[in-house]
Amino acid sequence: MSDYNFAYLDEQTKRMIRRAILKGIAVPGYQVPFASREMPMPYGWGTGGVQVSAACLCPEDTLKVIDQGADDTTNAVSIRKFFEKTAEIAVTEKTREATVIQTRHRIPEEPLTEGQILVYQVPIPEPLRFLEPRETETRKMHALEEYGLMHVKLYEDIAKHGHIATSYAYPVKVEDRYVMDPSPIPKFDNPKMDMAAIQLFGAGREQRIYAVPPYTKVVSLDFEDHPFDPSKANHPCDLCGAEHTYLDEVIIDDEGGRMFVCSDTDYCAERQAEGHRGRLSPSENIEKAAE
Amino acid sequence: MQEQSLIGAFEAPPQDAARAFRAALEALARPGTIHEIKGGQAPAPVSEAAASLLLTLCDPETPLCLMGRHDTPEIRDWIAFQIGAPIVGPESAMFALGTWTALQPITNFLIGTPEYPDRSTTLIVEMEALSQDGATLAGPGIKETATLALPDIEPFQMNHALFPLGVDFYFTAGTQIAGLPRSTRISGTQVLEATEAN
Ligand SMILES: [Zn+2]
Repeated sequence: MSDYNFAYLDEQTKRMIRRAILKGIAVPGYQVPFASREMPMPYGWGTGGVQVSAACLCPEDTLKVIDQGADDTTNAVSIRKFFEKTAEIAVTEKTREATVIQTRHRIPEEPLTEGQILVYQVPIPEPLRFLEPRETETRKMHALEEYGLMHVKLYEDIAKHGHIATSYAYPVKVEDRYVMDPSPIPKFDNPKMDMAAIQLFGAGREQRIYAVPPYTKVVSLDFEDHPFDPSKANHPCDLCGAEHTYLDEVIIDDEGGRMFVCSDTDYCAERQAEGHRGRLSPSENIEKAAE
Repeated sequence: MQEQSLIGAFEAPPQDAARAFRAALEALARPGTIHEIKGGQAPAPVSEAAASLLLTLCDPETPLCLMGRHDTPEIRDWIAFQIGAPIVGPESAMFALGTWTALQPITNFLIGTPEYPDRSTTLIVEMEALSQDGATLAGPGIKETATLALPDIEPFQMNHALFPLGVDFYFTAGTQIAGLPRSTRISGTQVLEATEAN
């Protein structure tokens, strides 16, 4: 490994990305254009997030990478290995031990702290894109705070379904100014975005970086008569019994049997290690089998 | 070219720049906090903090404005050799370096456009010392309130009133750095003129 491509990217590219990140911090929720680079992985793997992480990582960092809440998916493992190799940094699966966390589709259940950075992989950074395909127009809408169409769209949901049907990438307003796409996290995670850690968002194909500084007001769009509902499944986790986490539904046998488990695998494993049990906890089954 | 311009780069550029960036990121993301940033050495009177910040963020793509005693042939040579940033006036600068007095009036700098508020100047304000004993800050990055000694009050309040347009500030002294983005609300009347480098 040459010193000159610590964390893969050359120094000039990192400077350009770092400048964009700082502008994002100064104007929370505003999408800063940047000249995205080719990365040795497909766009779908979060090259925007990877470039932001590469620009942030220091030799002393400990990196965690999650995909849909799990540390062990192909995507998460590949990105973790990529930075282990190119930046020689420490890695972890523990949210608490990580200084930089790159994520796709989730915010960890454990509250993040000062000193941590959460990097989101973003596929479509423009929350108004589905209303207006032209970049020049969406840019104008943000400049003029013209967000009426977005409210109309959400209200059409209510008219059609009786509630706002959007459950992922649910739009937020940052510090009473910019409407922002929180990336395809479940809306369950939206309230966590007002947090102590720095949040950075990278969209590789769309060449945008944006940010939410710590303790910044992040409000999910809603209406007085239809307040935002983060919607929590009506089950506890079948492995750790948690009643406050975001759950994945998993098919467990050929008869259509299913279970609900925390999507945050590190959080669930830690609760189980602490002795928390759910309906289908393996250890309980083992104990029963032993009886 | 002075011999001085040949020295003062980071010893281990990728690692030192990464650490310096993290200090700059934390400083701007948490107004009122003061961080160590080091490794860069430019001719006097440029502080180690300001030199490190320039090495971390500036290059041939970032027009730089030098003001007052920070505009010397030695400093220009050092920038030309170590950074390569074109030296420009306030009206086209992405970065500016000087004392608070030398940078006046800050309304000469770029505040971005409604569609591109990022096309604005970042001012690096050299101070004699950094202190948290000063104005009260609130806004993004701040849990309730924070405090920071500022060289003035009103210009920062007027800058914030332009949000999302406006300039952003770094304050540097010795090996220390603090940040003040345009998003920060400022109250208090305490002006510590004595803290300004002169
Ligand atoms: Zn669980």
